[in-house]
Amino acid sequence: MNRVVITGLGCITPIGSSVSAFREALFSGTTGIAPIAAVPDTPDGDPGVRYTQAAQVSDFDPAQHLDSGIITATNRNTHFAIVAARQAAQQAELMKHHAPGDIAIMMGCACGGRSSEEHEVKGLYTRNARAHPLTIVRTMSSAGASNISIDLKITGPTLDISTACASATHAIGLAFHMVRSGMSTAAIAGGHEAPLSWGFYRAWDSMRVVSPTRCRPFAADRDGMTLGEGAAMLVLETLESALARNAPIFGEIVGFGMSADANHITQPQAEGAAAAMRKALADASASPEDVGYINAHGTGTQANDATEAKAIHQVFGARAAHIPISATKALHGHSIGASGALEALATLLALKEGRLPQTAGVTNPDTSLNVDVIINEPRPAGPTLALSNSLAFGGLNAVIALRTWQ
Amino acid sequence: MDDTTQRCIAIIAKAKNIPTDTITPDTTFEELNIDSLDKINISFEVEEAFDIAIPDESLGSLKTVGDVVRGVDQLVAAKKTPPATAATP
Repeated sequence: MNRVVITGLGCITPIGSSVSAFREALFSGTTGIAPIAAVPDTPDGDPGVRYTQAAQVSDFDPAQHLDSGIITATNRNTHFAIVAARQAAQQAELMKHHAPGDIAIMMGCACGGRSSEEHEVKGLYTRNARAHPLTIVRTMSSAGASNISIDLKITGPTLDISTACASATHAIGLAFHMVRSGMSTAAIAGGHEAPLSWGFYRAWDSMRVVSPTRCRPFAADRDGMTLGEGAAMLVLETLESALARNAPIFGEIVGFGMSADANHITQPQAEGAAAAMRKALADASASPEDVGYINAHGTGTQANDATEAKAIHQVFGARAAHIPISATKALHGHSIGASGALEALATLLALKEGRLPQTAGVTNPDTSLNVDVIINEPRPAGPTLALSNSLAFGGLNAVIALRTWQ
Repeated sequence: MDDTTQRCIAIIAKAKNIPTDTITPDTTFEELNIDSLDKINISFEVEEAFDIAIPDESLGSLKTVGDVVRGVDQLVAAKKTPPATAATP
């Protein structure tokens, strides 16, 4: 079994389209949640929903990175995927050091090319229009994974994983398995999502779980989540290959745990989340005592945050009230299939710098949850082991355990 | 039973796939196993049927079928009442 380390990072997010910009916003607590910009294919740009803000990627022009042929054949989620994957691959000098067939691509994307699909469907339903010939390839959920493979010329195992809010964490965990087992010597793992279309905004509005303003995870008066978009990518490789070329190492993945609640299609259950956390720790040959930071799923809904706090208590017992936790969705929003990757990136940066990010915008943590929510400013701390949780609709739970590289 | 009550009962019965004659205005959501997702679904159908908007904060206080009927009556009546004009000094 190989040890698996991270040697490349890349991102396109509401708080930065480079890792250095993301890092800056992460530790200054500068949120990317902002008033919803004009939504395409609406009569006047207004999606007509009860909430007002979302975490949008601003100032991203695909034409700066991609040729027009690629742009025409792809949706915004794939633009994010290709550009973020390139950043990570370049940093790791991936193609220089690994044979194309030895590299895996494991992507989280749950919503596919929604905005393209809605555009075509609008034409169909309103004027019996023909569909654009590239509709299928733009909208299929695997488009991001495939396009990364084509762009970087990677011929190894290439998958898209769709598990709602846990997709990217599942993707990173499965990439970890592939490199640990030796099936691949390296992997690009992460998530990408650009779901902020009219229909998507409306569908979430009807579920009544979106905050009228912005998400404030773990706050006493938290009132819902905030939707987002973006991509984050990690290059994983064996420790052996990283050391052989003296590659900078950003952290080590040491464990991955998965479980299903088998309970309810929207309401999370603590036992399921607890099981995934315990499995991640067992996989890491670590114990609850070793964990020094938890990057929570922390969506900001009453249900999630309370259930996640309960699960943390089930796993950590008396220590639960003292393990620093934060929810970075307060900065980058909930980008569904990509969020696990943005959160893995945040956790890696936190471990590397010995600084744990605050839960931005939260001033009044819910004391009834009895957990240690980092607020106001980053907390200097040098944990050696952290967990990043993703607890999805439908009760699908994925937790990765990350170790600081020293 | 008035028309509003009958229509609300019909909506709830359809949502939970149960016979309408098992539901009365006094029936509680708990008795019908209506969870938070069911409540969101039912509110949506009620809003569509009566062309009203049920505020998020009202959902928590809906515990019985009668609560829904009363809420509907209030919101429907509020729509019919012209807004009061502010008196200018």
